[in-house]
Amino acid sequence: MSEEGMNPRRRRLLVITSGLGVVGTAFAITPFVMSMLPSARAKAAGAPVEVDISKIEPGQLLTVEWRGKPVWILRRTPAMLDELKKDENLLADPNSTVASQQPKYAQNLTRSIKPEYLVLVGICTHLGCSPSPHLVAGVASGLGGDWPGGFFCPCHGSKFDLAGRVFKNVPAPTNLVVPPYKYLSDTRIIIGVDQKEGAA
Amino acid sequence: MQKLLAWIDDRFPLTKVWEEHLSKYYAPKNFNFWYYFGSLAMLVLVMQILTGLFLAMHYKPDTVLAFASVEYIMRDVDWGWLLRYLHSTGASFFFIVVYFHMFRGLLYGSYHKPRELIWIIGVVIFIALMATAFMGYLLPWGNMSYWGAQVIISLFDAIPWIGPGLAEWIRGDFVIADATLNRFFALHFFVPTLILPALVFVHIVALHKVGSNNPDGVEIKKKKDAEGRSLDGIPFHPYYTVKDVVGVVVFLMIFSAVVFFGPELGGWFLEHDNFIPANVLQTPPEIKPLWYFTPFYSILRATTSDMVTWVLTPFIAVLGLLTLVSVRNFLTKAAVLVISIAILAGFFTLEAKLWGVVLMALSLMLFFFLPWLDRSTVKSIRYRGWMFKLALAVFVVSFIALGYVGTKPASGLYKLIAQVGTILYFAFFLFMPWYTTYDKTKPVPERVTWK
Repeated sequence: MSEEGMNPRRRRLLVITSGLGVVGTAFAITPFVMSMLPSARAKAAGAPVEVDISKIEPGQLLTVEWRGKPVWILRRTPAMLDELKKDENLLADPNSTVASQQPKYAQNLTRSIKPEYLVLVGICTHLGCSPSPHLVAGVASGLGGDWPGGFFCPCHGSKFDLAGRVFKNVPAPTNLVVPPYKYLSDTRIIIGVDQKEGAA
Repeated sequence: MQKLLAWIDDRFPLTKVWEEHLSKYYAPKNFNFWYYFGSLAMLVLVMQILTGLFLAMHYKPDTVLAFASVEYIMRDVDWGWLLRYLHSTGASFFFIVVYFHMFRGLLYGSYHKPRELIWIIGVVIFIALMATAFMGYLLPWGNMSYWGAQVIISLFDAIPWIGPGLAEWIRGDFVIADATLNRFFALHFFVPTLILPALVFVHIVALHKVGSNNPDGVEIKKKKDAEGRSLDGIPFHPYYTVKDVVGVVVFLMIFSAVVFFGPELGGWFLEHDNFIPANVLQTPPEIKPLWYFTPFYSILRATTSDMVTWVLTPFIAVLGLLTLVSVRNFLTKAAVLVISIAILAGFFTLEAKLWGVVLMALSLMLFFFLPWLDRSTVKSIRYRGWMFKLALAVFVVSFIALGYVGTKPASGLYKLIAQVGTILYFAFFLFMPWYTTYDKTKPVPERVTWK
């Protein structure tokens, strides 16, 4: 390892060849690393899902699978929609200001295209568990008297209201995600396709 | 026979290796109970590799077939149930043995100079072991496997900028999917059969270079007889090989009792929710990792925004000030100031979720720095003062408490315990430079004590 008496030309060549070796190794590693990315098949699998919403009773929740994730469709009763106006003091982001959590057309009080139907990705924004629905408000929910109805994540205790808006001081940082969706007719929606802006 | 040995020795240093590492490797004569766990850890590693090999002959890493193939092993493969229970119980016992082994290091200061590298390699082994156990837990493709992996891989999502891309790269898909299961199977084979034995090998090479520590924390190489042998050492073989055999027999008795009479151990070694196949749409009512991860999991869950604002902020402020008055060098002072302010600024700008992940990572990383955090001149707890004894006791209690509440829902009293435990856990490491400096120590004897 001694560098004494080393010919400067040899040293220079050594540095250059080592440097090229490192570059070559980086090139050689690339295919291995890239092979671990989502494959073409995985990318193609995210096809949109069509759902018939006519059979959902008021207050009922339907779960469908889209891109391997649960998507909830909740038909809210007028009482549930009333709660959304009253629980703002419990919430961290009542006006859905974080743009990435919903398409523009769902950035409103009810976080939906039609107030009655809520469409949400049922994956907690904390660490990806699926929260469980506790739709009934009040003491009967087992979550305390001031519970407005919503979703409770059993993993780390995050809470969301009936529009998927996150509570203050829970581990989840943002509101639940509203996926892109659009109405094909009054009774059918398609999840994974955007509504035209302003069409709602 | 003698001729054969000579023939080999001319071509391979067999006798030399045998003598250097066994028959003429001098280990301190005062090893006690805590010194069984190093060799036991190696035993469990070999058992896991062997049972894993035979399980892999029947297991199928495919989301459609995986769950059924494990049940097939349990019901239809001759003695398959035994192989599976040996492997699943072995995983938990691996951690029991390793935790005892690490605790021994804390008790007797085995990480002190000149054994820093042994300790660091050991921490790397521990992290590799955790990664292996985590990947192996996905393979049965039960519901807890699926959602546990979902939670842990989502941790990477919290890293700013690169997080989401990194998580996708690890999963090989946008959710936990077939690609994830397949690669975890490959890695669950590769890491423990190649990487872990290689790490254990360097761990032992480093150990045999400097020699073992002992319950008195005395360097036995300092006192040698006329022939250059340590006065307080005895040859590893036959003395400790025979002693370790006793340990192995007792260990196997306890291990077999669990394997044959309670392999699930009431849900502690095999969780009930994992007997349900993975369901993409339904999280189990309570997601929790197996017991050996729960202390770290508790730290993750304890970090809420209130905790960051009201507890971590003063904690870092105090620690920063204390460091500021303790270090002399101006540049170091400036660095401490900048780092403290950066962390405090981060507390108020970045999400609590990220800090939970950071704290969990830090709770492991701090082990690497132990040799330098501990400023005491005395290694063994036998000659340390009350401060270190108290700190270690508090650390052990907080570790066990964190582990226990990690198996419970994160609310009410459990959450509070987790938060207090988290603070105590970090206090053990981060205030160590001070309490080990001011702690009154007792004189260390010249030779090991032997009753």
